[in-house]
Amino acid sequence: MKYALLLYGREEAWAQASEAERAAAYAAHEEFGRLLAARDAERGGEELAASATATTLRRSGEDVVLSDGPYAETVEQLGGIYFVEAADLDEALELARACPSEVVEVRPVVEMAGD
Amino acid sequence: MTDVGDRLDQAWRRYWPRLVAGLAARFRDLGLAEDAAADAFAAASRVWPVRGVPDEPMAWLTTAATRRAVDRVRRERVRARSLPLLLVDEGDDDDDLLRLVFTCCHPALSVTSQVALTLRYVLGVPTAEVAALLTVAESAMAARLTRARAKLSGAGVAYRVPSPEELPQRLSAVLSVVYLAFTRGYAPRRGGEVASVEVAADAIALGRMLGDLMPGEPEVRALSALMMLQHSRRDARVDADGGLVLLPDQDRGLWRMGEVAEAVRSLRGLVRAGVTGGRYFLEACIAAEHCVAGRPQDTDWRRIAGLYARLEVLTGSPVVRVNRAVAVAEVEGPQAGLDLLEGVDGLLPRFHLLWAVRADLAGRLGRRDEAVAAYRRALESVTGAAQRRFLEDRLARWESQPEGS
Repeated sequence: MKYALLLYGREEAWAQASEAERAAAYAAHEEFGRLLAARDAERGGEELAASATATTLRRSGEDVVLSDGPYAETVEQLGGIYFVEAADLDEALELARACPSEVVEVRPVVEMAGD
Repeated sequence: MTDVGDRLDQAWRRYWPRLVAGLAARFRDLGLAEDAAADAFAAASRVWPVRGVPDEPMAWLTTAATRRAVDRVRRERVRARSLPLLLVDEGDDDDDLLRLVFTCCHPALSVTSQVALTLRYVLGVPTAEVAALLTVAESAMAARLTRARAKLSGAGVAYRVPSPEELPQRLSAVLSVVYLAFTRGYAPRRGGEVASVEVAADAIALGRMLGDLMPGEPEVRALSALMMLQHSRRDARVDADGGLVLLPDQDRGLWRMGEVAEAVRSLRGLVRAGVTGGRYFLEACIAAEHCVAGRPQDTDWRRIAGLYARLEVLTGSPVVRVNRAVAVAEVEGPQAGLDLLEGVDGLLPRFHLLWAVRADLAGRLGRRDEAVAAYRRALESVTGAAQRRFLEDRLARWESQPEGS
């Protein structure tokens, strides 16, 4: 099964991190990427820019209302996504444990027939 | 006729979990497995009184249930195609029951959902009864069970026994769910009735089966012994008016000493095998100390206080501290018990037993005002009619007395 690992974290801490701290965080993600590759579990993923750069559209009938900011204002914001292949939820959770992020939400990906 | 009825009851208790577990493994659908098993028992209740109990009831039930399940799958094939199925690993048939239990107790589910699924699918408790046991409305419970089942299949929770590395943690979750199911059988219900003896007996039967399937896990046997010891007192816990009877006041002639003996034998076996600790082992040893005392004054409180001290080191639980304080008060006097309770209220703000114990110990020291205040605090957080009545009686007794008497 394919799972999405949704990475949440406190953006403020990231914004205030020193160069060395950022380098360490990126190194940890590279390490995690190597782990995924070694298990042939890597199915893509990206880091997202800060939620302050987000714009949210909301449709109501014909109208589209734009708002400045992310969909939900929460302490921890979505900061990145990995897609991983795992046999079952236990394996996906094992990968999530190895993922360097404060909060990881594990969600199965809906796979269309014929994929 | 009643004989066949008894055989049906026995068959239910012995075969229901295995039947559902086997069907779930084969059809990869918990709801279907449960419906088919219920159909098979319904058929048995019609057929067995007429044609007699079959020589091999489990085989008969499996055949009947499988036929029903196949019919249903055929009827619902179009609909079923769009539904996610349980992920089933290849495995031994003997593992089916363990797979079912470990799946129902998967940590990706909330503890309440784990308990609800275990009651419903492993113990076969009807949804209305599960709702009553967990004190929610039946409709809410039905929705919760549906959601939990959908999560199991939708999130890709594998229908399997955990690997040896995962086992200790996963097993401890299973044991706490089984024990919760058992204690819910004793918890106060909406009607004020104290015990659901059936559910408690079912949980004990499940504990025994798990013990047989995992002979190398001492805590499984210890939990079985603990439940058996508590259950042996079922006839003495409630008086004729449905009021709660505390341990020292219980008629010990009503305790089932055969069950006590079986549990004590099992604990001795663990001790011989070198077991010295473990949460359920220590709790079972404490329960055994109570059960083997012929009269309340024969209770070995010093040993019990020592066991609680070990349990507190192991669990760090303030609830254990409260129980330890009761035992210590029996050995060293009420003041020693009260000293142990210093600072515990911050950790257990809504735990009525803490205040009931405080009230009792203060009362034994003749401190009326302190006892009255503590009984009032206990009444603020107590649930359950029997416990409430007990506390109200005690409070009324103290309120009618002047300070210092």
